[in-house]
Amino acid sequence: MSEEPIIYCRNVHKWFDDFHALRGIDMDVFEGEVIVIFGPSGSGKSTFIRTINRLEEHQEGQIVVDGIELSHDVRNIERIRMETGMVFQQFNLFPHLSVLQNVTLAPIWVRKWPKEKAEKVAMELLELVGIPEQALKFPGNLSGGQQQRVAIARALAMQPKIMLFDEPTSALDPEMIKEVLDTMTDLAESGMTMIVVTHEMGFARAVADRMYFFDEGKIVESGTPEEIYNNPQEERTKLFLSQILQH
Amino acid sequence: MINTEIEQEMIKPPLPPGPLKWVKENLFSSIFNSVMTVALIPIVFYLLFSVVSWALFSADWRAVTQFPLLYTVGQYPRDQIWRVGVILSSIFLFLGISWGRWGGLLRSISLAAGLVCVVTALLPVQHPQLDQGMRLFLGSNTVMILIGYFIGRIKAVKASVIVVGWLLIPICAVVLLAGIENSELIPNVPTTLWGGLLVTFLLAAGGILLSFPLGVALAFGRRSDLPVLSGFSTIFIEVIRGVPLVTILFMFSIILALFLPVESRIDRLVRALMAVTVFSAAYSAENVRGGLQSVPLGQIEAAKALGMSNLKTTVFIVLPQALRAVLPAIAGQFISLFKDTTLVVIIGINDFLGIGRSIINSDPEFVQLRTEVYIFIALIYWIFSYLMSLASRRLETAMGISDNL
Repeated sequence: MSEEPIIYCRNVHKWFDDFHALRGIDMDVFEGEVIVIFGPSGSGKSTFIRTINRLEEHQEGQIVVDGIELSHDVRNIERIRMETGMVFQQFNLFPHLSVLQNVTLAPIWVRKWPKEKAEKVAMELLELVGIPEQALKFPGNLSGGQQQRVAIARALAMQPKIMLFDEPTSALDPEMIKEVLDTMTDLAESGMTMIVVTHEMGFARAVADRMYFFDEGKIVESGTPEEIYNNPQEERTKLFLSQILQH
Repeated sequence: MINTEIEQEMIKPPLPPGPLKWVKENLFSSIFNSVMTVALIPIVFYLLFSVVSWALFSADWRAVTQFPLLYTVGQYPRDQIWRVGVILSSIFLFLGISWGRWGGLLRSISLAAGLVCVVTALLPVQHPQLDQGMRLFLGSNTVMILIGYFIGRIKAVKASVIVVGWLLIPICAVVLLAGIENSELIPNVPTTLWGGLLVTFLLAAGGILLSFPLGVALAFGRRSDLPVLSGFSTIFIEVIRGVPLVTILFMFSIILALFLPVESRIDRLVRALMAVTVFSAAYSAENVRGGLQSVPLGQIEAAKALGMSNLKTTVFIVLPQALRAVLPAIAGQFISLFKDTTLVVIIGINDFLGIGRSIINSDPEFVQLRTEVYIFIALIYWIFSYLMSLASRRLETAMGISDNL
């Protein structure tokens, strides 16, 4: 791949007060790639993807998303957020809005689309994630899996170039994990650039182009799923994989 | 086929209990409950009987029935009273429109209001203030409600237009009531002549409409990152909440007048409105702030992640959820504001309660009848407070559709 990376990170550092959460992360992500980040809790993986759309501010280093460098300039931040969709562990749907309104809110008010266009796109996306019949319900009346699929549709409605997933299945009941992972697999196959923080190793093996193992705020190891699973180089990676693959 | 019918038969919920069973289960379920029932029911009936028989046979309602106009508009010039009528009619029109559009509680209120108008218009009594013109006016209000209802049913009339109309009514009302200097049609009527329910409603409606946005602004101010803004808001809120409303009323009515030059003196009623507004805003601010704190951080992050600015996040995500969370508290705040307006009597404004007191004091005969007057006043306050409380509960249910996330 010779073109410019769509996400470019060099020496990214982040402190929470005295706690050194990110200790020099370097990462290049190219268009159409699916990146899986895994690692123990507190390793900084969620913090890292949250710095990419500036939900967390990095204090040192450089992050460039789609040619825009993240700085204190609010307009830059809002432009980057328009290009990056995010899906949260706790769904974070807006409970006072219907499913359809959840999906159309940002296209109407940020992208300035007319309501008809936003609703048409929203219905197509709800069709894509498999729940068009829930459009007029409120999030509280949906199952966790359905809510997370609405959250994916909501992020996609802004037509982002990049999708960030922050442990999207960790808060779900086991029988609902599959429907969300299926949606994400479809999305990956459609060519979307994705960074996914997850412990779903089957999903990672099937979909990821590259995997990054985070520990103590650093990238310990990275490689293709084959390299990580079959031939991990670092002791910590081996130990962690043996712990999560045991059951 | 038969099988499924039997199954359906089996899964039916149990029938609600009959009246006899209800009495047994709820009034005589235990010995203690039975004793309470036997002891309390006669007391309740006795009290009810005494109150009703007193109200119907021994009470003398002259001090109430002789002065309907005093109670409603105070000393407002009788030849200009049509202005109050115009305002009342437009309120009834919008009540009808809202009924046509939203139904629910508005339907009950509209029907009750229409009924009261018709019954009053047809009362078979001789009363100097209930002449033919007045009867005609009251009857026409029922027609206004019905006209409004059919306008409200028209789909083309947007809900936002109706809301804006409601917000414009108080402003137009004040302009119309005050009149214009040297005007032939609507000469100036000094506020010293305004009184009664008119003043009570103006203070309450004005106080609610003005204090709510001010309260929201103060709540945001207190949470602001800017130290000057948050400091000012905090001091404002804490000072106002730390003093009684009476003090604030005195401050606005006397001290403010001392600071300002005589020619720029603010009208007495406006000063009272300012005091009530400021007082209520401080309390609303704390309620709203509680609501703002109840909105989870994840909601704000989700909105920001979609590229929404701080302002849009606040308007579309934070504020609706915060206000929904504190709606009962805000409704309670508005009800107490409505009742607190009675305190303006101490700065010489004749609100509804004030008119009652001046009627009592106007005639030694009426001093004997003060019980009737106060009961009547209490009843009117209760009716409107209860309506506000009902409305807030209906609103809560309507907004509670998505409670369980």
